[in-house]
Amino acid sequence: MKVMLQHVAHCRSGDKGNTSNISVIAYSPELYPHLKAQLTADRLKAHYAGVVAGRVTRYEVDGLDALNFVAEGALGGGVSRSLCLDNYGKALSSRILAFELDIPDSLRHHLRGL
Amino acid sequence: MAKTIRIGAGSAWWGDRIEPAALNAERGELDYLCFETMAEATISAAQVRKRRDPTFPGYDTYLDDRMVAVLPACLKHGTKIVTNQGWINPGGAAQRIIHWLRHFGRKGIKVAAIDGGLITDRVLELTHRILENGRPTATLSESIVSAEVYLGAEPIVDALRLGAHVVVCGRVADPSIFMAPMMYEFGWDPLDHRRLGAGNGVGHLMECGAQVTGGYFADPGFKDVPEPWNLAFPIAEVEEDGSAIITKTAGSGGAVNLMTVKEQLLYEVHDPANYLTPDVVVDFTTAKLEAAGHDRVRVTNISGKPRTPTLKVSIGCMEGFIGEDMFFYAGPGALRRAQLARKILEERFRIVKLQADEVRIDFLGLNAIHGAMTPQDAPEPYEIAVRVAARTREREEAIKVGREVDGMAVSGIAMTGKRVPHQDRTREIIGVWSSLVPREKIVPAITCYES
Repeated sequence: MKVMLQHVAHCRSGDKGNTSNISVIAYSPELYPHLKAQLTADRLKAHYAGVVAGRVTRYEVDGLDALNFVAEGALGGGVSRSLCLDNYGKALSSRILAFELDIPDSLRHHLRGL
Repeated sequence: MAKTIRIGAGSAWWGDRIEPAALNAERGELDYLCFETMAEATISAAQVRKRRDPTFPGYDTYLDDRMVAVLPACLKHGTKIVTNQGWINPGGAAQRIIHWLRHFGRKGIKVAAIDGGLITDRVLELTHRILENGRPTATLSESIVSAEVYLGAEPIVDALRLGAHVVVCGRVADPSIFMAPMMYEFGWDPLDHRRLGAGNGVGHLMECGAQVTGGYFADPGFKDVPEPWNLAFPIAEVEEDGSAIITKTAGSGGAVNLMTVKEQLLYEVHDPANYLTPDVVVDFTTAKLEAAGHDRVRVTNISGKPRTPTLKVSIGCMEGFIGEDMFFYAGPGALRRAQLARKILEERFRIVKLQADEVRIDFLGLNAIHGAMTPQDAPEPYEIAVRVAARTREREEAIKVGREVDGMAVSGIAMTGKRVPHQDRTREIIGVWSSLVPREKIVPAITCYES
């Protein structure tokens, strides 16, 4: 079944210089392999096109069912230089909530917010 | 006999709430209460303010509020305090805390101030390259406001060894503030990267306060949190090997669970296997988390690698100005009027010859937060704020933004909502660059005061 990522995983963003890190954490271990297979660095970068100007690197923390995306050139030059109202980028992670994932019907009961 | 020490968070940034620190002091049964009060540009902003206003003491503007709120309970329970409220004047902050200790009738309490991290006058000889772009740090010489080193836990440990009940520092790596008590109580060697990795990892979970106890977390229907208006700051119960339980005081709102801990664990982390701090390189990929009761998460097996030979340096530089303001539309046609208003502003900036490095005109309610990645099919909102900002080299140019928004009232278009500006619409930019300094070039100094 096709679902928005918000039903599969939770996320948080943090800032360091002009780089934002976006963690995406599966709600259950059963959902994690599907998240990991489908949410690649390239796909996240495409989803953030127009805001993330630099490279996106994906780190996998399998023991925590988590992916950590490091997005360079994401914060308008850095928190003190940025003209974005959300200069720390703490509302940046919510963009990925709309990313479409394909999850087996058998895992439906693991999804949140349906 | 296995010893456990209880470390509570007192604050996570300059503007953090006061009451949860008081709650931790009163009910947390703490051995240590640790405060983090600084952001990236805190030191530079304090230097700028000090230059303009010699009466500014140079330490946390909330020092009195925070210390008055927690000192009586900390003195009653024997809780020691480690705090980075010293900013550019740890000695002044320490003496101010002495004042409060005397006010509360306690004599003979030692307060230590740690200095040696401010290297403004030496930064160009001590550093070489800017980490962000590889250029020489010498290229910043015309605009440097201040430069400071991120100290680690060792000077705080030394201060505790001197018998300090309160330790005040300036810039220290945030996890180190929380780890120093562990090193002191358990006698960890500064080169024991296994234990320091674990301890720094716990410090990282604690350094953002409520972000691990239900803050920056609730998403209704997806991640619910009891009483989100009543969040407590966290408490870590730490064992000799660096494993810990993260929890909070009973009866508070919020939650400590696997989700809150995972989110905070990865917050502001890049490569999770190599999280660099002054004390150690932390490896979070080996971490084990388990629920250990209501609002209790056991954190074990965070590992560490040997520390690097350098310390990180932040260099704050004057980089110009930002001018910013907004005005409003609502009801049918709000978007079409906002679009015309944007066109008018663009023409006005041409007429007044605005010199700006970047101009941004957003429609708040539609595309201001996610900018160019806002979906094209996002619905037309009922109301919109036209929000304009420009980054300029000169203050007079930034001022033009507010002046042209002023013009959008009487000389603008129909049905424009606007307020008389009450706040300053022009602000200075202090940009921060990073570099590295060899560890052995930095010698912290500890000064002790007694009440």
